[in-house]
Amino acid sequence: MNARPVLSVRGLGKRFTLHLRGGLVLPVLDEVSLDLNAGECVALVGPSGRGKSTLMKCLHGSYGADVGSARLTLSDGATTNLLQASPREIIELRRREMAYVSQFLRAVPRVPALDVVAERLLDALGFEADADAESTDAALAAARDHARTLLARLNLPPGLWQLPPATFSGGEQQRVNIARGFILPATLLLLDEPTASLDAANRRVVIELIDEAKARGAAILGIFHDEEVRRAVATHEIELGAAHAIAA
Amino acid sequence: MNLHDDPLLSVRGLCFRHARGPSGQWTLSDIDLDLHAGEVVAIVGESGSGKSTLLNALSGRIWPAAGRVDYRCADGRTVDIHTLPERERRRLARTEWGFVEQQAADGLRMNVSAGANVGERLMALGERRYASLRDQADDWLRRVELDPARIDDSPREFSGGMRQRLQIARNLVTHPRLVLMDEPTSGLDVSVQARLLDLIRMLVARLKLSALIVTHDLGVARLLAHRTVVMQAGRIVEQGLTDRVLDDPRHPYTQLLVSSVVAP
Repeated sequence: MNARPVLSVRGLGKRFTLHLRGGLVLPVLDEVSLDLNAGECVALVGPSGRGKSTLMKCLHGSYGADVGSARLTLSDGATTNLLQASPREIIELRRREMAYVSQFLRAVPRVPALDVVAERLLDALGFEADADAESTDAALAAARDHARTLLARLNLPPGLWQLPPATFSGGEQQRVNIARGFILPATLLLLDEPTASLDAANRRVVIELIDEAKARGAAILGIFHDEEVRRAVATHEIELGAAHAIAA
Repeated sequence: MNLHDDPLLSVRGLCFRHARGPSGQWTLSDIDLDLHAGEVVAIVGESGSGKSTLLNALSGRIWPAAGRVDYRCADGRTVDIHTLPERERRRLARTEWGFVEQQAADGLRMNVSAGANVGERLMALGERRYASLRDQADDWLRRVELDPARIDDSPREFSGGMRQRLQIARNLVTHPRLVLMDEPTSGLDVSVQARLLDLIRMLVARLKLSALIVTHDLGVARLLAHRTVVMQAGRIVEQGLTDRVLDDPRHPYTQLLVSSVVAP
């Protein structure tokens, strides 16, 4: 067994300073520490406002943490501190090592659902500028095949695959998002309410996908308000402590 | 992506003051900026923040009062844009660089055909065979979703969105390494904007271009840019990963910009 955790968070703190509100400071996370091993799924629990999503975003890089460290062991064995990573490093990590699935899909105009999913896989391959058109087409075809399999598993009607997801229902968009998040075997999976608007059948598909990711050694951090899903996938739970608002 | 490569474009301590501007007020002040191969960087800020002036200074259209802009050429040499002989700078401008103007009419030749607009840079690079020029113009009109049957039409007969797509074709036909875009979508209808943005997004990704895009539209930055630079009164007040700048803005001005739009 590899004893080193895939993700090791120490003393992570995050506060928001609202300059348009007279410099009001909202301390959301304080001294958060946790370890996440390969094949584990840790569920963040606790009432709304405790910063569960904020923690996920700090790890994914869309929020900047103020203090602490978050050491991620990459697939090649190297380690990196997510909280200190440069923008270019974060983009590279997102491309190959970490996936983030939220309830909301940020739809790109005009890109069909199938390619929203397939592009994630193509992106990870990182084509060289001089890659010839033939090999690019072959890789695109393979990525689309993989995307079709996932979308079919998630019961997205094939009639929707060639349409841009902007007009899809919440549940349909969420399934596109899940397919995009799971198509690449990421080292670290961040799941923010992945089943929020899904029916029972599709919730079970997501549970299967999470189990498969655990079985291949992914480390998963998730927020699951759905009791059934949480009990099915979480290896253990962590409750975030309350922080108190202080005036500037 | 190699994280340890030298930047394609490196800007250090750039300052610029308009001759007629108020004394003591800098249009650009202490600008530091790097752009790496394959990166798309958005420069955002309100009108008058110096965004377009910065683009003009980077491309050697205006001379800074202080600071320097270094560009790593395709042949590996690094050149200071502002000390480069004019002839060299013009060669770079029509081979390795592209410049997409806000007003398509400023970036196109309005008195020659669409096909001739696309072919011009190829001819500047020595292509003389009519059939080849025609084929490449045809191919690029298709790529930017213009009807190739209009190859002999004047851009005067094109709509604003079509002109902008033609301008993009004209710039990308020679596969530049660096493309500078000044508000490429402003002044277009929203539906036309979406189409153009998607086209830019696809072309930039497929051709592995590096691009600097000046925009006042945070949605454009969100869609296209890896990194975003926020300018206010001639200074860079914040820069970083696009989603971090937009979702967790630190500087009071960035917070104001982000809070002033509907779901950027």
